[in-house]
Amino acid sequence: MAAPVIEVQSLKKYFTTPYGMLHAVDDVTLKIEKGKTLGVVGESGCGKSTLGRTIIHLLDRTDGKIFLHGEDISDIKGRELKKAREKMQIIFQDPYSSIDPRKTVEQTVREPLRVSGRYKKSEMEEVTSELMNLVGIDNRLRLSYPHELDGGRRQRVGIARALALNPDFVVCDEPVSALDVSIQAQVLNLLKRLQQQRGLAYMFVTHNLSVVRHISDDICVMYLGQVVELCPSKELFRNPLHPYTKALLSAIPSVDIHNPNVPEILEGELTSPVNPKPGCRFAARCKYATEACQQPQVQREITPGHFIRCCRVEELN
Amino acid sequence: MSETKNTPFLEVKDLRVEYFTKEQVVHAVNGVSFTLEKGTTLGLVGETGAGKTSICKSILRILPDVGARIPSGEIRLEGQDLLKISEKEMRAVRGQKIAMIFQDPMTALNPVQRVGDQIAEVVSLHMKGTKEDFKKRAEEMLEMVNIPKQRYVEYPHQFSGGMKQRVVIAIALACNPELLLADEPTTALDVTIQAQVLKLIGELRDRLGTSMILVTHDMGIVATYCDTVAVTYAGSIVEYGTKEQIFDHPTHPYTIGLFGAIPNMNVDEEWLHAIEGLPPDPSHLPTGCAFHPRCPYATEDCAKEGFVKPVTTPDGHTCVCCHIDEVLKGEK
Amino acid sequence: MPETMLENVKNEKIKKSSEFLRILKQLSYNKLAMFGLILFALELILCFSAPLIAPYHYNKLDVTAMNLAPNAQHWFGTDELGRDILSRILYGGRYSISMGVCAIAIAMMMGMLLGSVAGYFGGWVDNILMRFLDIVQSMPGMLLTIVISAVLGAGFVNTILALSVNAIPHQARMLRAQILKIRNSEYIEAAQSINCSRAEIIVSHLIPNAMSPMIVQATMGVANQILMASSLSFIGLGVQPPAPEWGAMLSGSRQYIRDYPYMVIFPGLAIAVTILALNLFGDGLRDALDPRLKR
Repeated sequence: MAAPVIEVQSLKKYFTTPYGMLHAVDDVTLKIEKGKTLGVVGESGCGKSTLGRTIIHLLDRTDGKIFLHGEDISDIKGRELKKAREKMQIIFQDPYSSIDPRKTVEQTVREPLRVSGRYKKSEMEEVTSELMNLVGIDNRLRLSYPHELDGGRRQRVGIARALALNPDFVVCDEPVSALDVSIQAQVLNLLKRLQQQRGLAYMFVTHNLSVVRHISDDICVMYLGQVVELCPSKELFRNPLHPYTKALLSAIPSVDIHNPNVPEILEGELTSPVNPKPGCRFAARCKYATEACQQPQVQREITPGHFIRCCRVEELN
Repeated sequence: MSETKNTPFLEVKDLRVEYFTKEQVVHAVNGVSFTLEKGTTLGLVGETGAGKTSICKSILRILPDVGARIPSGEIRLEGQDLLKISEKEMRAVRGQKIAMIFQDPMTALNPVQRVGDQIAEVVSLHMKGTKEDFKKRAEEMLEMVNIPKQRYVEYPHQFSGGMKQRVVIAIALACNPELLLADEPTTALDVTIQAQVLKLIGELRDRLGTSMILVTHDMGIVATYCDTVAVTYAGSIVEYGTKEQIFDHPTHPYTIGLFGAIPNMNVDEEWLHAIEGLPPDPSHLPTGCAFHPRCPYATEDCAKEGFVKPVTTPDGHTCVCCHIDEVLKGEK
Repeated sequence: MPETMLENVKNEKIKKSSEFLRILKQLSYNKLAMFGLILFALELILCFSAPLIAPYHYNKLDVTAMNLAPNAQHWFGTDELGRDILSRILYGGRYSISMGVCAIAIAMMMGMLLGSVAGYFGGWVDNILMRFLDIVQSMPGMLLTIVISAVLGAGFVNTILALSVNAIPHQARMLRAQILKIRNSEYIEAAQSINCSRAEIIVSHLIPNAMSPMIVQATMGVANQILMASSLSFIGLGVQPPAPEWGAMLSGSRQYIRDYPYMVIFPGLAIAVTILALNLFGDGLRDALDPRLKR
């Protein structure tokens, strides 16, 4: 079996703040196969965006290992880093700030081609218009500036830019959360079609659970920098095990008016990720928390493919 | 609609709102009518630019003085037309009878004033009493939204997003308003916090008997918290009925499209049914039915001015579409 | 699809020249800016063709025509040595305007370099550069210019250098502040993720997005530099007499202001018109450079 496109082992990313170490990503282990989507869900501040950015080397990791196609890319620099980056791209959340307002659509899409130095001028022309076709931007818009486009089209420009160098792995950082429902569906369908055509591996970061359920093969739930549950998408929605996952799922207002969700209200707010205590990060809000939860938690495989970070999961289920 | 009570609690009739600049006129709201009974909640659903916020702002009369106008319409609160009364009378209505919760709690609070004082200030504007009374009332309000009153003296930056939104709710409810306008109250919040805040709003609404207009783009929130629903598109209400009518028998092609575009939590589907095209530019609305360029049922007639009229569907709700027979047969 | 390809090529050609044309077109919507531009251009043409159009040589003394009020022979009158003021203003503009423009150009380039490096890299690089600029700025601007000018010696080029040193910190700070604002934008991250080098990010993303206030500052700075240059002339540094220079003319005739006000009025007017033209133009240019304000 071929090595997974991306594999991450015990990845850590800490930031130094005036108050201490902020554990943005703490001991994350996961992998993504070719053509598959890993959904990363969690609330704001849980480190899901940082995780994506650290994997593709936009941020320097603190500790842990990152593998691209089975090759250790944790410490690469210079030319090797450039080569690896071409295989790993990112689509951003805010289509308004992720595109240079002073560049035309065409300039933005062409930039990666130009920077890579792999294309002749005439080829760039051709590839650029192919890319724009691919993501469904009308050729007439190539000389438009971003402010003349709506959010959905801008996001398509961002997607075209990310796909320009033919990556194998794309981090989608909340790519649809700034878009309206009808446009959101268009963009989700586009992302899915591109994945099928090109065999892309996605890491889909979002807080929207219905979107993540729709697009993901596997889902990883994060809480304060740690993965609390990681399993196939269907399994997660059918059989959530971690108390946090359960609360999260019940909190989504259901569209079905005849059997509404009864939200399990979590008391309190996210605790601070700065200098966290060694125990379970969720313990402060968890109604099942006991003495044992004050000990450091490890990620365990409960059933094949279902990972969890909770010491009481067997008793509770 | 068909209920013939003498005076509904809130009645909006043919409301229009325009924003204008030197070059163009933006038609934000185009002839919106609805009624709201006491103690019920109306969900205003729609996408960005559908005029939801403009409707709320015109009810509260806080549209910008320069650049906005209401060319026609009536907004009757218990029979009194809010568009006709003087600014001084309106000031008494604001806060006391109508209050609004804004989308972004981060900017709705004054960063250099203690949160308790901010609540007390609103109280002092609308109620008579001494400083101590106001302070006591503010403390009560904090407790009501589950914030310990010891935090009265803290500043907004010491609060998290969810708590700030709860303070905003406390301010809105401080003077026991009869009508609460909630403009996307939880959009800026996380799911678990959203659940907390919505539960709180729901409980307070039920306890105080407040009527509410809940603006949102999240169908799930509408399903859970509203009694009646108005689906807006390009500044008009395209479908209007009770929650059951709209969710069980959506009739307008746009409403159906909206439901199709949301990933369903209970059904697996390979592709989402996206509505093709883009929402129209409100400064250049299409003629006739504003949805016709994106509508699978559209015929030439739909583009004619005045051809598309509200009709009553078999289950008794209103839908502004001339093809409902075909839609109901589910032809496309 | 040969047809669409052809169209692409055609469009491409149009576009290459159009960036500059677009800005011009944009500018042409703004009546005031166009007025400023035309006024400044007119001034430039007049001053630089001074040898051709000036009625007299700037240094021609005429003891029979001292302190004359404006008249048919001497439109702007003559000064205390009988030199024609109109001619002196025309010749003087060559010094004044080119000193102002060159000094600002140099300051802008240095400011851009320092400001963008400090803003983009941050940390200790930023700290060192900014503290250095602090030191420069902590000295009164005029004094600093005088000291540098005195060390370098008088003369056209040296004066420009002295003037520009004083203006660098302003420009650098302004660019740095702008860059700090946009450095964390997602499009900068995006540029990083597609392997843009640091230099490329600075030159093609940061600077174009941070330039607008600098340009306005620069056009107004020219005006400031002209005034500063005149002060230098006054204390004997700067451009040496008998070379005419607006500031020098102004300060030279200062003692006659009661009896012969036109000696002061005309050079003063020349400076004022230049400043006005540049400010109007600078304002319009900022708008034109911003594609977001495109109509």
